[in-house]
Amino acid sequence: MKLSAAEEASKAGGGLPFQIRGSLQTLLSLKILRPDDPAFFTGLVEKVAHAPDFFRNAPIVLDGGAVKAKSPDCLAEIVERLKEHRVVPVGLQNGSAAWNDAAVELGLAIFGAGGASVDDPTVAGRGAAAAKPAPTGRPGRVVREPVRGGQQVVAAEGDLVVMAPVSSGAEVAAAGHIHVYAPLRGRAFAGMNGDEQAMIFCEQLHAELLSIAGIHLVSEEIDPRLLGKRVRVTLVAERLKVEPLP
Amino acid sequence: MSKVIVVTSGKGGVGKTTSAAAIGTALALRGKKTVIIDFDVGLRNLDLIMGCERRVVFDFINVINDGIRLNQALIKDKRVENLSILPTSQTRDKDALSQEGVEKVIDELRKEFDYIICDSPAGIEKGAYMALYHADEAIVVTNPEVSSVRDSDRILGILSSKSKRAEHGDAPVKTHLLLTRYDLDRVQRGEMLKLDDVLEILAIPVLGVIPQCGSVLQASNLGMPVVLDDKSKAGQAYKDAAARLLGEDIELRFVNPEKRGLVDWLFRRSA
Repeated sequence: MKLSAAEEASKAGGGLPFQIRGSLQTLLSLKILRPDDPAFFTGLVEKVAHAPDFFRNAPIVLDGGAVKAKSPDCLAEIVERLKEHRVVPVGLQNGSAAWNDAAVELGLAIFGAGGASVDDPTVAGRGAAAAKPAPTGRPGRVVREPVRGGQQVVAAEGDLVVMAPVSSGAEVAAAGHIHVYAPLRGRAFAGMNGDEQAMIFCEQLHAELLSIAGIHLVSEEIDPRLLGKRVRVTLVAERLKVEPLP
Repeated sequence: MSKVIVVTSGKGGVGKTTSAAAIGTALALRGKKTVIIDFDVGLRNLDLIMGCERRVVFDFINVINDGIRLNQALIKDKRVENLSILPTSQTRDKDALSQEGVEKVIDELRKEFDYIICDSPAGIEKGAYMALYHADEAIVVTNPEVSSVRDSDRILGILSSKSKRAEHGDAPVKTHLLLTRYDLDRVQRGEMLKLDDVLEILAIPVLGVIPQCGSVLQASNLGMPVVLDDKSKAGQAYKDAAARLLGEDIELRFVNPEKRGLVDWLFRRSA
């Protein structure tokens, strides 16, 4: 007996002709702060135009946490303008019921609680650190062996302390601060859950990339005079600041 | 106690097989029962470097898959007592290496030999994993250039996370740096990395520095491990490295410029 193509395929795959699996993706999020600001769209377009490859067809989650008390009228226009610039809005997070309804209407998914933490400007002002998962003050993880190229070391909670070199091509990440008591040649992501108070410290700065709360600096942009120095990296006014340590 | 030592690098063409052959031979010359295994299934070279390519009947893969006894595949070296070679297959590929098969062969070799040298293929695919999995020690062969150093760093990471010792939580694989093709003239002109530069990045102890030397290629073409060439500087450096592997404390040679007379200079110019 001849099997149909579909039957054959299902035999080979053993059951359903598809698989559903959970998967984790890191998504860009666009936090809507002052949608009625006349510079909202010009600023947004400028940002996209600055790194077109980075944004091309990139999925983005809209965050309505800061504006959920307001009317969601602007949502349709934001979605449309993003699509015009080939950025793909895929969903809304931290919205109120009205915002969620508007999002569903526009074909967006609703992201549940979680993701980036809620910033309520009416309570604590913008960038409220108190609402963020603050570092515990204790190191979340201490690593004594070198972190080699291709390896990733993550402290999902608290700080990460590395007492050996981090090679180029390696990645170290922490919810809180990152301390490297040796040369840092790879990539470092502090405050990976959005903690803007997180810092990076290292004995010898040769990093390929530094990132705090998703804001990054590539090695090309680091002041060459600071290379090889003991430094502290902080996030100040949405820019990374690298300062020598005494 | 037998020791399994993998000779690995990540990058191709840095001198893994030459080094495995040279160090294995040097250990045998020191009276240690030594076997060198070629893990580069499909691209076998060790038999050529060792000059036994015309004596291969059965190979490593036959032992794993076809029920051939280990003793039928092992080739005893004719020049050096205590030295055997386990060649690999030229017709099969890395998939012919099974985890259990390799384990069985290594376990059997451990009973008979003091040193089991695993000559790893380049890359970080299955063949390389199989070669390093059972290692007690690793010789990371590196050339003094940036891409080789980066690949060595990657392999060191794999050794510390994917080896049997790492998986079982035993003491980590002991790693050694073997810096090959070290050309002092080019290092001094800044065209190649210095030993210190490489050590700073890799941060592992140095087992040896092998000078760039025409005798290496010549020995390869003759099918003779370079340590058997008494005049070769590279051969001497490999012998030193083997001695350090046995725990001897020997000063590094060929890392500082020698004083050269006019005659030397003229001689080198014409060489």
